[in-house]
Amino acid sequence: MSIFILCIPLFMFLFLGLVGMKLSHKLTGFLGCLGMGACLTLCYITSFTYFFGGDFVNEAGERIQSILWNTTWLQFTDHLVIRLGFLLDPISAMMLVVIPTISFMVHVYSLGYMEGEKGFQRYYAFLSLFSFSMLGLVVATNIFQMYIFWELVGASSYLLIGFFYKLPSAVSASKKAFIVTRFADLGFLVGILILSYYTKTFNFLDMTSNPEGVFGSFEGATFMGASVLTWALVLIFMGGMGKSAMLPLHIWLPDAMEGPTPVSALIHAATMVVAGVYLVARLFPLYLLEEAALTIITVVGCLTAFYAAVVACAQVDIKRVLAFSTISQIAFMITSLGVARPEIHEGLGYMASMFHLFTHAMFKALLFLGAGALIHAVHSNNYTAMGGLRKYMPVTHVTFLIGCLAIAGIWPFAGFFSKDEILSAAYGNHWFWGLWLSMVAGLTAFYMFRLYYLIFWWKNPDFGHHTPHDPPLAMKFPLIFLAAVSCVAGFIPFGHLVTWNREPYTIHIDPVVAASSLGIAIVAILLATYMYRKENPLPDKLANTFHGLWTAAHHRFYWDELYLWITHKVIFNSICKPIAWFDRHIIDGTMDGFARVTQWASCSIRGLQSGNVQTYVWIYLIGALLMATVTWLCLL
Amino acid sequence: MESVGSIVMYSIIVAAIIIFSILTVTTRRILRAATYLLFTLFATAGLYFMLDYEFLGAVQIAVYAGGIVVLVVFSILLTSKPGDTSSKLTSKKRVVGLAASVASLAVLGYAIASRCDFWSTFVKPSETGFDMHLLGSMLLGTGKYQYLLPFEAVSVLLLACIIGGVVIARKR
Amino acid sequence: MEKLPIALYIIPSLIMFCCGVYGFITRKNMIAILISLELMLNSVDINFVVFNRFLYPGQLEGMMFTLFAIAIAAAETALAIAIIVNIFRAVKNIDIRDLNKMKF
Repeated sequence: MSIFILCIPLFMFLFLGLVGMKLSHKLTGFLGCLGMGACLTLCYITSFTYFFGGDFVNEAGERIQSILWNTTWLQFTDHLVIRLGFLLDPISAMMLVVIPTISFMVHVYSLGYMEGEKGFQRYYAFLSLFSFSMLGLVVATNIFQMYIFWELVGASSYLLIGFFYKLPSAVSASKKAFIVTRFADLGFLVGILILSYYTKTFNFLDMTSNPEGVFGSFEGATFMGASVLTWALVLIFMGGMGKSAMLPLHIWLPDAMEGPTPVSALIHAATMVVAGVYLVARLFPLYLLEEAALTIITVVGCLTAFYAAVVACAQVDIKRVLAFSTISQIAFMITSLGVARPEIHEGLGYMASMFHLFTHAMFKALLFLGAGALIHAVHSNNYTAMGGLRKYMPVTHVTFLIGCLAIAGIWPFAGFFSKDEILSAAYGNHWFWGLWLSMVAGLTAFYMFRLYYLIFWWKNPDFGHHTPHDPPLAMKFPLIFLAAVSCVAGFIPFGHLVTWNREPYTIHIDPVVAASSLGIAIVAILLATYMYRKENPLPDKLANTFHGLWTAAHHRFYWDELYLWITHKVIFNSICKPIAWFDRHIIDGTMDGFARVTQWASCSIRGLQSGNVQTYVWIYLIGALLMATVTWLCLL
Repeated sequence: MESVGSIVMYSIIVAAIIIFSILTVTTRRILRAATYLLFTLFATAGLYFMLDYEFLGAVQIAVYAGGIVVLVVFSILLTSKPGDTSSKLTSKKRVVGLAASVASLAVLGYAIASRCDFWSTFVKPSETGFDMHLLGSMLLGTGKYQYLLPFEAVSVLLLACIIGGVVIARKR
Repeated sequence: MEKLPIALYIIPSLIMFCCGVYGFITRKNMIAILISLELMLNSVDINFVVFNRFLYPGQLEGMMFTLFAIAIAAAETALAIAIIVNIFRAVKNIDIRDLNKMKF
């Protein structure tokens, strides 16, 4: 049965991609939703059976990792075999809930959002392709299968970001996303090769079930002062950094918002961008072997979380705010994995990270879909075109507010529980990480409510005769559903379902951490309320006071400019130009020389082919005479 | 005496062949060239007569002299005005042509002159003599040394040539 | 007649052939070129006949070849003249230097 989970979206992609143009928009949308619905049902059944069926728990009470099927896909030698399979374990079962849920909601939402767009069928075909690739990624049994699907999600992300391929900005954004993630995937690939060279296997289970054996196989192998295992793990994490938009490789995600908003909700908020988190979680037993790799992960996560939160405070485009918020929240998950140790609250960080992945997928998808509804209503991405919308769009307002409360970490919404676990894990590792993350959590609450007030309160705008209104039912339903999930997801006993060693674990809410984070969030929200509830000059005054900081944050601390400078000034001038010169003058020159010699030769013998029979006769006669003479001389 | 007469005859014919050949290709008036060609062909026919091939000589006169040259003369009259002379040859062209002809003359002439066979082979009186019956049976027989197939092929060729000539040259 | 070796018959034929070559290469009028061609053909005919007569007097193969060559020469001339007349009608000229319209 599990094979159909992959086959249905793949079939829908092929079907809609090949014959979709012949179908009407309505039928295409219906078929896409139907296919995703079927896939969703199968995923729910599979995942429910795994968690609650009882067949997948061993005597010690651990959940087992079960390979449902595993076929040989490529066989190079007896040992070098690449398989395609279906691995069912707590995290993949959890992702089997997250991905189809969000994907189905986006399918339904797009019925309304993309209505009448040119390329509607193509859009649904790409959505199916993405769902297929993402599901294939999470159920991968070996790291190579994961890499294949990793590239496939990258490709479908590229296709969907550039969906409006007539907009130059969309085209360049898709190129940027593709190139940046490809650059990161180079590191991933090298990491895979190093890892599998030493462990002699691609399979996750062989690696993670016997980490000491893996460690042993790396014994004594060092490169530039660090052990090769560290290198392999850091390079693999580099792939994750690219996909999850961690600090130096984050530049593609804000630009990826050029794609249709439901796509941003599905790919660039809920599923694909957490692939990096999922990758680290998948290889977590190996990362535990290397303290250095985990430290790098922690530092990268912390820096990214803070950076993205600061930038999010100074953005104008609401989708960009959400994009930076996504980066920040993913950095929370990464940090949580980085600080997780088996001895600290029995590996709480791992569970917290997965928990936050789950809840974040729900409320961030909700926020993006809400942003989509707003953009749909006012036809602009900027909050300056909004304001005071609460009266016009009540459903959107309430669901968006729930999403903001969830991300800010207010009890009893989903984000409170998961973020609280992350903070507990961070404090458990070192007080510095905990304090840092608490501060970022406060910033999160502040910028989310800044966004909320700027959209729904701030001023009473004059929309003229074009009054914004709530979206149609197809778009309202996903909003309401996801809002409901965001309200209750926190009460899921996640510790019993997903833990690093797959043993059940009961979550204890640390009252001090919970109260302090709640307090910080409330203070931040009150500050945002004070500053942005009604139109007032205070924000502008502050922006003028801290002019440099504000401008820098608004320009995302000039990362893009830095990259441009490096590529244009440094790489182009010092590497590309000499190579181009070499190419133009040496290689082209050689070829041109060949061409010129050929041309010269042909020009000089062209006269022979004059079409003049008399010349031909003359040459023929002289030739014949010469041959006769030579023959005669030889016969002498 | 007979041999003296034949030598005189031979000398006249060969002189005619050589002189008129050279005149044919050196005169600048095209009609004269055709006339000199006619003389050359007549001389050739004379050579055939000397070699006891009377029938071939007759064919030579009838077809070459009577047919081809007349055709050539007609076409000359059709394509040029009386008194037309071709322009003077450029020296380069003349040098090229002279080089080719002199080179072939030298090579082939040396080949002939250096072979003693050519100087020691004399004509033998034909034992059987020339027989028109033999010729007829050779042309229309299918056995060894008999030429029905080429005969028919040539006849078809001539037919095709007639049709082709008509088609190409007719007024449209 | 017995005094004349075969070479004395071949050499006039050779001279005739060389004249044909010279004419073929140097002349510009197409009919003149055709005439030169006839000269060359004729010299070859002489060779056939002479060799037949001197070497195989009992047989007639060389003569047969000459007969066929004459027939084919007639056909070729007729066709060539048809083409020449047609060209003349089209371009009012049969100078071979000017007939290069279809060259490139």
